[in-house]
Amino acid sequence: MKIGTPKEIFEGEARVAMTPDSAKQLQKLGYECAIEKGAGVAAGFSDAQYEDAGVEVIGTPAALWKNVDIVAKVRQPEAVELKRLTKDKTLISFFNPAGNEEGMEAAKAKGANVIAMEMVPRISRAQKMDALSSMANIAGYRAVIEAGNNFGRFFTGQITAAGKVPPAKVLVVGAGVAGLAAIGTATSLGAITYAFDVRPEVAEQVESMGAEFVYLDFEEEQEDGAATGGYAAVSSPEFREAQLAKFRELAPEVDIVITTALIPNRPAPKLWLEDMIAAMKPGSVIVDLAAERGGNAEGTVADEKVVTDNGVTIIGYTDFPSRMASQASSLYATNIRHMMTDLTPEKDGQINHDMEDDVIRGATVTFEGDITFPPPPPKVQAIAAQTKKEEPKELTAEEKRAEEEAAFKAQTKQQVTLLASGGALILLAGLFAPASFMQHFIVFVLAVFVGFQVIWNVAHSLHTPLMAVTNAISSIIILGALMQIGSSSAIVVILGALSVFMAGINIFGGFLVTRRMLAMFQKS
Amino acid sequence: MEFGFTTAAYVVAAVLFILSLGGLSGQESAKRAVWYGIVGMALAVFATLVGPGSGFWLLSLVLIAGGGAIGYQLASKVEMTQMPELVAGMHALVGLAAVFVGFNAHFELLNVMGMDDAAKKSLDGFAALLAKKDSVEINILRVELALGIWIGAVTFTGSVIAYGKLSGKVTSAATKLPGGHMLNAGAGALSFICLVWYLSSGAFLPVMILTLAALFIGYHLIMGIGGADMPVVVSMLNSYSGWAAAAIGFSLGNDLLIVVGALVGSSGAILSYIMCKAMNRSFVSVILGGFGGATGPAMEVEGEQVAIDADGVATALDEADSVIIIPGYGMAVAQAQQNVAELTRRLRAKGKEVRFAIHPVAGRLPGHMNVLLAEAKVPYDIVMEMDEINEDFPETDVAIVIGSNDIVNPAAQEDPNSPIAGMPVLECWKAKQVFVSKRGQGTGYSGIENPLFYKENTRMFYGDAKASLDTLLTLIS
Repeated sequence: MKIGTPKEIFEGEARVAMTPDSAKQLQKLGYECAIEKGAGVAAGFSDAQYEDAGVEVIGTPAALWKNVDIVAKVRQPEAVELKRLTKDKTLISFFNPAGNEEGMEAAKAKGANVIAMEMVPRISRAQKMDALSSMANIAGYRAVIEAGNNFGRFFTGQITAAGKVPPAKVLVVGAGVAGLAAIGTATSLGAITYAFDVRPEVAEQVESMGAEFVYLDFEEEQEDGAATGGYAAVSSPEFREAQLAKFRELAPEVDIVITTALIPNRPAPKLWLEDMIAAMKPGSVIVDLAAERGGNAEGTVADEKVVTDNGVTIIGYTDFPSRMASQASSLYATNIRHMMTDLTPEKDGQINHDMEDDVIRGATVTFEGDITFPPPPPKVQAIAAQTKKEEPKELTAEEKRAEEEAAFKAQTKQQVTLLASGGALILLAGLFAPASFMQHFIVFVLAVFVGFQVIWNVAHSLHTPLMAVTNAISSIIILGALMQIGSSSAIVVILGALSVFMAGINIFGGFLVTRRMLAMFQKS
Repeated sequence: MEFGFTTAAYVVAAVLFILSLGGLSGQESAKRAVWYGIVGMALAVFATLVGPGSGFWLLSLVLIAGGGAIGYQLASKVEMTQMPELVAGMHALVGLAAVFVGFNAHFELLNVMGMDDAAKKSLDGFAALLAKKDSVEINILRVELALGIWIGAVTFTGSVIAYGKLSGKVTSAATKLPGGHMLNAGAGALSFICLVWYLSSGAFLPVMILTLAALFIGYHLIMGIGGADMPVVVSMLNSYSGWAAAAIGFSLGNDLLIVVGALVGSSGAILSYIMCKAMNRSFVSVILGGFGGATGPAMEVEGEQVAIDADGVATALDEADSVIIIPGYGMAVAQAQQNVAELTRRLRAKGKEVRFAIHPVAGRLPGHMNVLLAEAKVPYDIVMEMDEINEDFPETDVAIVIGSNDIVNPAAQEDPNSPIAGMPVLECWKAKQVFVSKRGQGTGYSGIENPLFYKENTRMFYGDAKASLDTLLTLIS
């Protein structure tokens, strides 16, 4: 089959969907390649280069569309182009299906298959064809370059013989691909970079790029970004207020603001309001990457650069990737080439439009005379859902009561058994032992009981003093020796005296050591 | 003086002793509690001296004073790191005293039984007490007496061996004579036979054999227990010395001895139980000696130990905000607690959060680390127990392990075949970085391989803990 790329007819679009490099790769898949005359010139690829790569150069768009089976292009096709589709043709392009009802109807009427590049699902396997990301990467980079172009100072702070230059402060709003690329570029130029995003889980990515994440003092269960395929969701009014308050606080400090906040299929949220712009220093720059969807900043004019009364430049260009056409074209062409690889599993130059495949199914918006948009949710989640921290389970009152009751019952049972068996043993002893023994025995049992009760409360850190003090106390054996020492038998006296002596060592030693230890414990 | 006065004094003393133990529930009240104990002891001794049955009280006072002087010397000279040895040594004294008192009771009994009724009437004190006993009571007395001697003898040799192991004079490895537990059981059976023999004959020989058997059991039992289990052993011996006193109390008919013996006995038993629980070891297997055998080969440890020098540690500490120090026996051995305290002071002065994580069985004695750190004037409110601090490790920048091994061994959680599987450990490997101060690459006291040393975020800071910390302190101002 033949794959062809026409020249972009959109005003100012410099990108091209096929490069000589990608054409060589496509030929390896078994395809013939064709390109409209002059299609790559704006991106720096001459017709001669294409011819060298084995690409057929076709003079007119009409002839190209007629001659090829697969059309790969960049911009959303216009009516003229859609008319050229026929039943057996496949179109691969940005298509904006959510806002392009007529386009889909037209393609459906023609019976052509359309693959919309922005619909490639965000899963790991499909990253190689994720044209949105590769374009956003360029946009983020270019946004910083454009900002620098319009900013009168260095990014990096310097202390020179001619004076001190403070470093520029850059705020990036929205840490998606474009935002992260902007952060990386700004920090590598030496600016102090702050970044904000409604998804708190990207804080780590932001910090990994070298920027400081701006946290809000806001208590709300943030929706897990993974649930929306890694894109931001609409935030609550309260959250928005907290966010705006934070921006208001930052506005006087920052020199460059780069906004990249987009919510899929919605106008861009207004995040940088008039009063924040007014609060900025003259000479500051705002680059609004969301200009195409109305802009994040108030006062953004799409495709234009405006300067406010207080000297703040607002850049609303929508063609950042096109401004780096050569780079953008190579990346986009590579994305297309990967898409073709997935469409050609046999490498035989024949498209196998497999609607069972998650990626292909997701990106296809019309297929064999049907509109297949929107696609079913992908089977594979883009980002593993964050495992919810296991909170200590809140027990209901009844469950708690039941649990306590059960514990109480078990405890009662245990205690009763112990008491019963202990009591039985004592009674048994009482049957045989004389009364004099039993008197002492009662004292003994009570003392053991008291000992158990008391010792459980001893603090862990005091176990060593406890041991020392019980050691000292256990020399109470001295009483026995003292009682015996008055005996008439010599050996008893000698042994008794020795015992008194040893116990004496123990009493003094034990108590003194305990005191020494305890004296050391002190509060800070 | 009347007998009633002595009894009254005993009641007061018993209450004081109970208060003295109960006061140990808090650091501040503990300081007061010691005085209760001292006063109680003084009262008990005084009441006994003036009470019936005692003689030679001048000699007694001199002996107490002499013993006291020695005790005072010992207690004031001892290094805090030698505390376990001291405590073990003093248990030996109590045990031996119990044996002697038991012997005395036997001799006295023989004397009294040899007298005629007239002579018996003229006796006073302990002997008079014996004289009044009928034959059943005498048999019970003999059982009590034999029990007291037996426990006392076990305590004596056991404590001597524990002292030797703790001070390094006896090998700390668990060694058993051929025959193992059978020898113990044999000696136990022999003791029982002697008891029966003694009951029927009343002669001294069976008592002597019984004593020797008990001495052997004490020796062999403690020899068979590894050095790492010493905290349990010490508290167990503590408990024994209490029971010995209680048994002697029975035979002498002295309630105070019974009460105090029971208090000490139960306190030691609870302590041992707490220790065993902290090590996830069954009490019986510790007492009978040796680890429970592993059920399979222990996990192979992969990776290598990466060393780091003082510079590296200093830099990491400089950058860290939160630090947790995990001291172990190695710190005690190297006498490094002062350096640790100094390091803590300096880091805290820089505004870093420094805390200590104490495992219940760190060291060779329950609460050993707390005492050492207290000696070095580390404030006790930054010294945390395992349960209080374990969940803070993931948010901690640096964990420093100083001379501890098993208590930070992740194998306890990860390797079901490890000898310490299931033992609660300090999860220091969850900290961002772990430094282990250790003398060398060996496996340490218990001989169990520690995968912590091979983890990616672990760096080994080899050398004697004190010397290492000295170098480190020169780099941190």
